[in-house]
Amino acid sequence: MNMIPTEVRALKPADYKSAVKPVWCPGCGDHSVLVAFQRAMAELALPPEQVAVVSGIGCSSRIPSYTSCYGFHGVHGRALAVASGLKVARPDLTVVVASGDGDGFSIGGNHFLHACRRNLDLTYIVMDNRIYGMTKGQPSPTTESDWDTAIAPGGTGLSPFHPLVIALASGANFIARGFTGDVGGCAKLIVDAVRTPGFSFVQILSPCVTFRSDQQKAWKSLVREAIVPETDDPARAARRLMTDDGFNLGVLYRGKRLPYQPRPSDNLTPSHFESEFAI
Amino acid sequence: MSQVQQHDQIPSFDSVAEFFAQALAIEVEAAERYTLLADQMEVHNNREIAEIFRKMAAIESEHRDEVARRAGDALVAGRPVNFSWTAPDGPETTELEQLHYLMTPRQALMLARHNEERAVSYFEAIAATATDPAIAGFAREMAEEERQHVAWVDQWLLKFPADEPGWDEDPDPPLYSE
Repeated sequence: MNMIPTEVRALKPADYKSAVKPVWCPGCGDHSVLVAFQRAMAELALPPEQVAVVSGIGCSSRIPSYTSCYGFHGVHGRALAVASGLKVARPDLTVVVASGDGDGFSIGGNHFLHACRRNLDLTYIVMDNRIYGMTKGQPSPTTESDWDTAIAPGGTGLSPFHPLVIALASGANFIARGFTGDVGGCAKLIVDAVRTPGFSFVQILSPCVTFRSDQQKAWKSLVREAIVPETDDPARAARRLMTDDGFNLGVLYRGKRLPYQPRPSDNLTPSHFESEFAI
Repeated sequence: MSQVQQHDQIPSFDSVAEFFAQALAIEVEAAERYTLLADQMEVHNNREIAEIFRKMAAIESEHRDEVARRAGDALVAGRPVNFSWTAPDGPETTELEQLHYLMTPRQALMLARHNEERAVSYFEAIAATATDPAIAGFAREMAEEERQHVAWVDQWLLKFPADEPGWDEDPDPPLYSE
């Protein structure tokens, strides 16, 4: 039997857990994403102090405080901007960005496009529940056009945003989709995303049990592993994603673009930055 | 790929040590999951259920320690050999989506019972298919221990009558209007 050398620091998922108890609703998919993240970090054996988790605003964006990694709970829609700055300044860190469909595709939509285009070595996890859960259930960019509620009678009538298609068109190097009903599968995708150089985008379908209690059961019956193997051909991936119904799981595209990583300057000091902001 | 749990494939083991390493991983995960569920319920002020899950976590932790003792050399720094953290949830692990913030003690215990029963089936299947008689013997022992847990939960369940209709009615629901 192969033995793991005793000198290797064995990291367990529990090593990535903070003392803060999650306030998400019991049954919320985001709990599964947290468990998947912790498992993925243990699988990658990344010391918590070498990982930074950056988020925006929303239910999903609470995740940094629930991990023992460095965290930054940022400004609405600006998680990718903060994370990009961090990665440029500290390329040695593994930077994971967490967001929701409202934070990431509406308020932060423009940052999403340019983060894909820039292709820094970041992993972007979007917990997509097709709703603004924290503010009591308004339709988000990924909400179905005919989702009829008291807050949006008759539905919005607007076509949903297709984040994976946008990510591909904008230059993301890794595109995948997971479902919170399969924690191990999500962990595997996060591992894969972190290991793939460049901008990795992982959409995780994460049902909202409070404002969309229909989702859990419905999505469970709809999701399935993508039958077509992953591709590195953007044209093939585009055809596949354009005809995708939003429930194919797995790695859907893995490109070969080299990540953008400007070399940090050796001779900059804090006073240099102060001078740039002087009025 | 399974959408939730995948236990239709019964694993085969090269050694008794490997079997115990896997069994340990199952117990560790079950204990950690019950702790997570207890935390969730505590945050949402459902203290009775939190207490049930804490007790289940304690039971699984005791079992974990016992299995760790038996696993011995198969572990390095507390981690099972040849174990992947990206595998599907273990047979004794509660699915996170099964929770409701107003759930009753009976429902919580029924979840626990379901887990223990799955663990019984898992170890029974290993006992039935293992070619190494030693592994088959230990798997039978594990199945028996899990069966004992089912019996404990059954005793516990006697304290709680069937749920009344409307158990999930919240006089102050989070919804804006309906």
